[in-house]
Amino acid sequence: MEYTEKVMEHFLTPKNVGRLDDANAEAEIGNPACGDIIKLYLKLNEETGIIEDISFQTFGCGAAIATSSMTTEMAKGLTIEEALELTREQVADELGGLPANKMHCSNMAADALHKALKEYQEKHPKK
Amino acid sequence: MKRIYLDHNASTPVREEVKQKVIPFLGEMFGNPSSRHKEGRVVRVAVENAREEVARTINASSREITFTSGATEGNNAVLRGYWQSYKEREKKNHIITTAIEHPCVLTTSQKLKKEGFDVTFLPVDSVGRISLDELEAAIRPETGLVSIMMINNETGNIYPIERIGEICQKHNVLLHVDAAQAVGKVPVDVKKMHIDFLTLSGHKFYALKGAGAMYTKWGRWIKPLMTGGHQEKNRRSGTENIVGIIAIGEALKLARDEMDADAVQIKKLRDYFEKRVLDEIPYTQVLGDPSNRIYTTTNISFKFIEGEGIILKLDVAGIAVSTGSACSSGSLEPSHVITSMNVPLEDAHSSTRFSLGKQTTKEDLDYTVDILKDTIATLRSYSPLYDEFMRNQQKGE
Repeated sequence: MEYTEKVMEHFLTPKNVGRLDDANAEAEIGNPACGDIIKLYLKLNEETGIIEDISFQTFGCGAAIATSSMTTEMAKGLTIEEALELTREQVADELGGLPANKMHCSNMAADALHKALKEYQEKHPKK
Repeated sequence: MKRIYLDHNASTPVREEVKQKVIPFLGEMFGNPSSRHKEGRVVRVAVENAREEVARTINASSREITFTSGATEGNNAVLRGYWQSYKEREKKNHIITTAIEHPCVLTTSQKLKKEGFDVTFLPVDSVGRISLDELEAAIRPETGLVSIMMINNETGNIYPIERIGEICQKHNVLLHVDAAQAVGKVPVDVKKMHIDFLTLSGHKFYALKGAGAMYTKWGRWIKPLMTGGHQEKNRRSGTENIVGIIAIGEALKLARDEMDADAVQIKKLRDYFEKRVLDEIPYTQVLGDPSNRIYTTTNISFKFIEGEGIILKLDVAGIAVSTGSACSSGSLEPSHVITSMNVPLEDAHSSTRFSLGKQTTKEDLDYTVDILKDTIATLRSYSPLYDEFMRNQQKGE
């Protein structure tokens, strides 16, 4: 299967790329062996738990960059609880689908998002 | 948009002279060369002329040439045929090959290994060379065959077949050479190189896909892969791929005359391109053996990024190249050729192969360098590895 137009669009002009200087949560997932490393930076509102800003840095194939971009777009504005419900499959669906062999190895940004949020929750337990 | 094709190791365009030559065989010259009537006889003559061209190109005789569907079939035929023919008769059930062979040799060897064949896979050094001492040391009394490619498709490395042939001869071992990337580009002489079996593929030298040939030294009879009619002197049954065969003959006839000029002209362009890339894009390196490579090929790794992104972006800009990255291959491993050279994984993932051809121009390459500079800079700006590296650099200053 080829990449959809939507995947190519997010690969060629990704949204929210780069480091976020005032991030208060971040997570990295993957390793060079598998060919994908995804790093997410989040700025969470400490009162409301809303993701006010989010960005990514990705070493990986076209699908890895596109899913990272799409994940950040989808996560922006969500609460922690809502964002924890966001799945890889939803990200893939929003991109019009991914080739089967990319579903597992490259579509990892949602996992990175969950990891960042859980670490944040541990550091900021609910009062 | 004009396309710039820099993937000639994957396949070459069919050249105009070849196209013209085969057209009658898509029309009035449709006969079966095994038929005794006129329709069959005229096609037979054309097939035998093509066979003569193949033989002349590699310094063999016509009776030693068998047409196949390509190098994958040829390599399967040699390895499986050898296994069937020799395993019991001579008890020589050990073969030696290398870690950097084409998958059609590697996978077939691995499958035969499961069936009881004993296979040694020779390692390579950091630029992809094999050690001839190691090869000689691996030969045992039960070794019957050495199988090695003449030119590697990914790095362009040229292997010292003549010296390998001498070693094989000294130890009474047969030599099989996958010459898919060599025939039509560099001189090949099966006698001088002491080759017993050699395979080639038409679409690597401006002929058609789906047709190839194999050389079997006279007297080295091995059991055929395909059985059926009596075609190809029973060595390869099935009605011949006439159009593909005629194309091979014509393409090789032309290639023999042009080879020397190509070697100068295309090498000049390749070297120019490579130098510009290395000079103008930081953190890049050539993979392979710079002192012993085919003039068409350069394989370059661009640190901190992944190769699929490079080919996608170049493709959008009109440029066709290929990569050894895992993500583009369907498997999860980067190229076995690059990883067997112990290239760090981060670099292996970005290995990008540029393979030039007869139509490549300096303008094509200048445009490619411009697009490449932009592509690499953009992908690096997304990369956490690059960001980390640059921050550490700044800290160090």
